[in-house]
Amino acid sequence: MADAATALVIKGGRLIDPTGERAADVAVGRDGRVRAVADAIDASGPDVLDAGGCIVAPGLVDLHTHLREPGREEAETVETGSRAAALGGFTAVIAMPNTDPALDSAAAVREVLDLGKAALCDVHVAGAITVGRKGEQLAPMGEMADLGVRIFTDDGSGVQDDRLMRRALEYASGLDVTLAQHCEVESLSEGGHMHEGAWSSRLGVPGIPPEAEELMVMRDLALARLAGGCMHFQHLSTAGSVALVRQAKAKSMLVTAEACPHHFTLTDAEVASYDPLFKVNPPLRTADDILAIKAGLSDGTIDAIATDHAPHTQEVKEAPFDEAPCGMLGLETALALALTELGLPIERVLALMSWQPALIAGIDDHHGGAIVEGAPANLVVIDPEATWVVDPFRLASRSRNTPYAGRSLTGRVRHTLLWGEPVVVDGEAQR
Amino acid sequence: MRHLLSVADLGADGIEEILRLTDSFVEVSERPIPKVPALRGKTVVSLFYEDSTRTRLSFETAAKRLSADTMTFSVSTSSVKKGESIRDTVQTIEAMGVDAIVVRHQSAGVPWQIAGWSSSAVVNAGDGWHEHPTQALLDCYTIQQRLGSLEGKSVAIVGDVKHSRVARSDVLAFTTLGAEVTLVAPPTLLPPSLDGWPVAVSNEIDEVLPKVDVAYLLRMQNERQTEALLPSLREYTARFGLTRRRAHLLGPEAIVMHPGPMNRGVEIAAEVADLPNAVIVDQVRNGVAVRMAVLFLLLGSGSQLEGLEHG
Repeated sequence: MADAATALVIKGGRLIDPTGERAADVAVGRDGRVRAVADAIDASGPDVLDAGGCIVAPGLVDLHTHLREPGREEAETVETGSRAAALGGFTAVIAMPNTDPALDSAAAVREVLDLGKAALCDVHVAGAITVGRKGEQLAPMGEMADLGVRIFTDDGSGVQDDRLMRRALEYASGLDVTLAQHCEVESLSEGGHMHEGAWSSRLGVPGIPPEAEELMVMRDLALARLAGGCMHFQHLSTAGSVALVRQAKAKSMLVTAEACPHHFTLTDAEVASYDPLFKVNPPLRTADDILAIKAGLSDGTIDAIATDHAPHTQEVKEAPFDEAPCGMLGLETALALALTELGLPIERVLALMSWQPALIAGIDDHHGGAIVEGAPANLVVIDPEATWVVDPFRLASRSRNTPYAGRSLTGRVRHTLLWGEPVVVDGEAQR
Repeated sequence: MRHLLSVADLGADGIEEILRLTDSFVEVSERPIPKVPALRGKTVVSLFYEDSTRTRLSFETAAKRLSADTMTFSVSTSSVKKGESIRDTVQTIEAMGVDAIVVRHQSAGVPWQIAGWSSSAVVNAGDGWHEHPTQALLDCYTIQQRLGSLEGKSVAIVGDVKHSRVARSDVLAFTTLGAEVTLVAPPTLLPPSLDGWPVAVSNEIDEVLPKVDVAYLLRMQNERQTEALLPSLREYTARFGLTRRRAHLLGPEAIVMHPGPMNRGVEIAAEVADLPNAVIVDQVRNGVAVRMAVLFLLLGSGSQLEGLEHG
């Protein structure tokens, strides 16, 4: 079946996709689509990508990426961020709109989409819910939806005003788009820089109580009942938030939620070093919260693992803890952290990182689908046994603010294919 | 000891060593020429991002009495105003050749960051709400001076514990030396969690005062009422201030302490601050000797110490 239209063959891997698991080779066509899936495809002509001992899966999808362009190109660009994504196994990312200027209009969205055309993964954009992310006036969601924007968020802050959020949900339901909320009641969190609790009390750092997040989850569940519309909760960090979403799902509410690797791997005790690498919003919480996030990922309460990849330059991350900006890198470590730390079968991790986020993002026609003839060849080949040590200087991101330097992880991306193009081969970016 | 960042780094032995050494420097301070050559040739720079004239003067006096050279890096008139990062400032200062950096910053943790970037000894002269270890050491010394020791003594720390670096360091130091500490404050001025703090808590100062050996009053800042932490300073004084009436609740041997600067009439009545059992001036005096001990331990050598004691 390896004919002239076949560009390459992925040989010797185990396929895992939403339909199940099987051993097969995958022939990838020059048109960027899967040409054949079969046992022992003859690969004498085309290039071969070895997948011996590896998992071949639909590419990962990140619901929560900060690419920093436009405005903060010294920290990351669409190009460097997409290279980090490809190395992390992602074939699509949703770029957050808290750039400078914010992505709150068709013109601003188009600029990022254009930059994304040359990227090493598909770049989709989340539009802002309000103009300038100021929480005062609805952004033109319709004109952005016309460009293909399926998710809107003011990420970085939550929409504080109850009435405005109600209107946003109502308006969004008419466009068939999803609103994603960064849940944080600012009157409770203001001035805080870490989780409020035993550590913040000891360290003398003003805290952010879990209730600052949970009150907005609660409010948005109430508003979603009132207004209809699709609601997605971003980066849930507290046991209380997980319980609220679990309760809502038990009542058949159509809400979805994501959690980040740092919220199931690191606690607020890390702040004892006062290293702003551990400053993130929502903040690192407690060991009990980690258990709740893991339980939520395991029982389906949380639908997706998202990175909240948030690059910052070394200069700004060397400020005093309370002056430093929030955020940490995530794209190149997320999969390995999930495989190493969650104790879930790999097909569950892939569901959380590929087909479930693809559905939430409304890009399941291109990403996260079954690996069958004719499907887009957006694929990742993962060596689940490979062990590696995180080295900030070897990451592709323009920034180095990973909190995992020196940590040993198991599971590594070997190859990534974007529309048939091998953008990562043997762990090396190809462009 | 390479740096002095937290009381927690010292342990009981470390604190007691400093207090013993302080005795020698108290003696030095009482000489007609209160100066020893112990740190001749050493340079101590004070890097104060937050104004604190009394703490800075205390450290600089301590350094000068040890014959160290002192430099003051004045943040308000320097390159910091032009946006220089702390790391660059520290590297610039170090390039000039310094042996110790005494740092005060309004953000918790900055002395730890500086210690990571610097080859000099770093002394924490107060970081945000977090710690002020030399204050705790001088408080221990002052209590020991008046009451013999801290072992088994009862100390009430009264006031704005939540925002107080003095309280955090004092709790560590006092309890490490065997004292029992009770925090007395409205719940809005206590840290959100006291998990792991070896303290008792009370909202009733009148019940606590008769039982204590030390009443330690914290400074109450005006802005606490605008942050909705207190209805008013007047209500605070009525419920928690060491008024004249309350001073009579104290036992005859009990002492009254305050880290300064005082708000007379708010946390402490004017006349109470001047009573014989108020040791607030002793605290300031002992501060110089304690800081001499700290600088000496960080920068001096053992043989010089012997010379000092026999000299």
